[in-house]
Amino acid sequence: MSSFKSKYEDELIANAAYIGSPGKGILAADESTGTIGKRFANIKVENNESNRRVLRELLFTAPGCLECLSGVILFEETLYQKTAAGVPFVEVLKKGGVLPGIKVDKGTVELPGTNGETTTQGLDDLGQRCKKYYEAGARFAKWRAVLKIGPNEPSPLSIHENAYGLARYAVICQENGLVPIVEPEILVDGSHDIAKCADVTERVLAACYKALSDHHVLLEGTLLKPNMVTPGSDAPKVAAEVIAQHTVRALLRTVPAAVPAIVFLSGGQSEEEASVNLNAMNKLQGKKPWSLTFSYGRALQQSTLKAWGGKDENIAKAQAALLVRCKANSEATLGKYQGNANLGDGASESLHVKDYKY
Amino acid sequence: MSSFNNKYQEELIANAAYIGSPGKGILAADESTGTIGKRLASISVENIETNRRALRELLFTTPGAFDCLSGVILFEETLYQKTAAGKPFVELLKEGGVLPGIKVDKGTIELAGTNGETTTQGLDGLGQRCQKYYEAGARFAKWRAVIKIGPNEPSELAIHENAYGLARYAVICQENGLVPIVEPEILVDGSHDINKCAEVTERVLAACYKALNDHHVLLEGTLLKPNMVTPGSDSPKVAPEVIAEYTIKALQRTVPAAVPAVVFLSGGQSEEQATLNLNAMNKFKGKKPWALSFSFGRALQQSTLKAWGGKDENIKKAQDAFISRCKANSQATLGTYKGDSTLGEGASESLHVKDYKY
Repeated sequence: MSSFKSKYEDELIANAAYIGSPGKGILAADESTGTIGKRFANIKVENNESNRRVLRELLFTAPGCLECLSGVILFEETLYQKTAAGVPFVEVLKKGGVLPGIKVDKGTVELPGTNGETTTQGLDDLGQRCKKYYEAGARFAKWRAVLKIGPNEPSPLSIHENAYGLARYAVICQENGLVPIVEPEILVDGSHDIAKCADVTERVLAACYKALSDHHVLLEGTLLKPNMVTPGSDAPKVAAEVIAQHTVRALLRTVPAAVPAIVFLSGGQSEEEASVNLNAMNKLQGKKPWSLTFSYGRALQQSTLKAWGGKDENIAKAQAALLVRCKANSEATLGKYQGNANLGDGASESLHVKDYKY
Repeated sequence: MSSFNNKYQEELIANAAYIGSPGKGILAADESTGTIGKRLASISVENIETNRRALRELLFTTPGAFDCLSGVILFEETLYQKTAAGKPFVELLKEGGVLPGIKVDKGTIELAGTNGETTTQGLDGLGQRCQKYYEAGARFAKWRAVIKIGPNEPSELAIHENAYGLARYAVICQENGLVPIVEPEILVDGSHDINKCAEVTERVLAACYKALNDHHVLLEGTLLKPNMVTPGSDSPKVAPEVIAEYTIKALQRTVPAAVPAVVFLSGGQSEEQATLNLNAMNKFKGKKPWALSFSFGRALQQSTLKAWGGKDENIKKAQDAFISRCKANSQATLGTYKGDSTLGEGASESLHVKDYKY
């Protein structure tokens, strides 16, 4: 095969396939300390380790939620945290049939000579870090590359750097037993139409899969976390079916069938939008040789955070809000989501933040 | 879209899909004058226009053959020839529900500085030629790129040149209403094992689809004509099921599902081998988001040629041999071939010619 021979090959293939199980998806709870600080500020909660631990315990012990999840992405700090009763989070997840994942990139830096385009850091000693994370119980990883649409963007340089960075990260993960989620996020910022987003998405994904092939990555042991194909945030909205058609077409044109599952990012979409769009994709007739599921952060946690507000007495209410979104997205992976009558406070709220930085 | 906006878009998509119809495939009857001369020589027939015409008429008027064929690739001379009764071949094909195709490349030439590697010529004035061929009734085209496996082959240069030549040819075809068959043939010559063939095939196909994407080719309006993944000609043989597994895995890893059909070349395989291998692929359990069919030249015509021997009194016998292979391959596209077709003389004969030049 063109992939290198990894001793973890069977495990990688099994774990990647498991993540794409019908009715399940990923909770992205890997906000860095800085980013979770911004969320906490919104609900007037102090950003300290204890509160960060309490929030994640709230999420991982919410009744009924783990059934809707095949994976949870963690930030490094969280990988080593425990419940108040002293059970490591990693164990809570594993017992619940949920694979722990770990964010391994170190954020973006600007590419000189470009108009604010970026590449992602984190390759140095990545192999050792992955090994450590595997020992701690992680079984998949995530690395976010960021591209933007503009008059001259994304540039060939930005596409190349981000694609090859992703590929290098991916093969290092596989060498160390972690399924790499390949995430080339094309930001929704801008006034471009959906055709433009489709064009850029296809170009970026084609570059990614060429890079992955060059780097001998085992596609059956990877996941893709792309943006959906939508109009820019400043352009008129379109129906979920239109998003579904453009998105699936872009994927059919670029993502080899060997990839077991595609786990969409939610970008700036509201909780409800993200569920409705995913649902539309799973209802679409036509070729779809990969599972289509979710890897949502904001679009799973927004109303939960609002309901919690940092107060213990709100925990049950917050967990109920999370379950609503988990179930909605679980149904969306089956094309069975009916739209939610019980919209939590904030479920329709756009989560778009211009030029979003994690 | 990443593909350019084309007035022939709907037609290209429909024709490409039609070629992949279940139970049908392509007869490659596009041997150049030089090449058909070798075939005719092997059955002691003079290489003159009237004999070339008679052979093709024999093939195209075989009762029942058209039920098994969705397309026939022609050499330029044949595109303008007629039956003895005066009916243009192109009309005969169209009436029979068979799309006429045209070989448009101008053969291979060596790449300086390589160890006998080649690139393919034919881009000059290709647009005008395609236009002419479309007017004459052609609806698809074929261009053969050739790659070889060796200690240092294929080189990056050979892969790049052949991939980008194919992509340029493909988009020019689409501009002029012809569905391009993309044919990156990796020669079977050599003593390498099936793993090596798989590795090279995946690398070459990944490069092809990157090039097609760069050139804004509409994948839904193309076909792929690859080699099957097999051991080298000097290596021990393996079972059809093994060939099927390796081949499909290679395609899953590289060929986007937007491509409607994969039409295999037969390389040096005997008629029976080619059919058995294609059959095994269609029986294989696994993701196969494209039709898997045939585009066979030698593997459809070998026993027919032998039976004919250039003599009118043998035409019926020759046509019986031809329909036998057509039906066998038609069944193979459905995975229903039982290997029980009446083997014509030569049907099991290897058709491998070292370093085969058309």
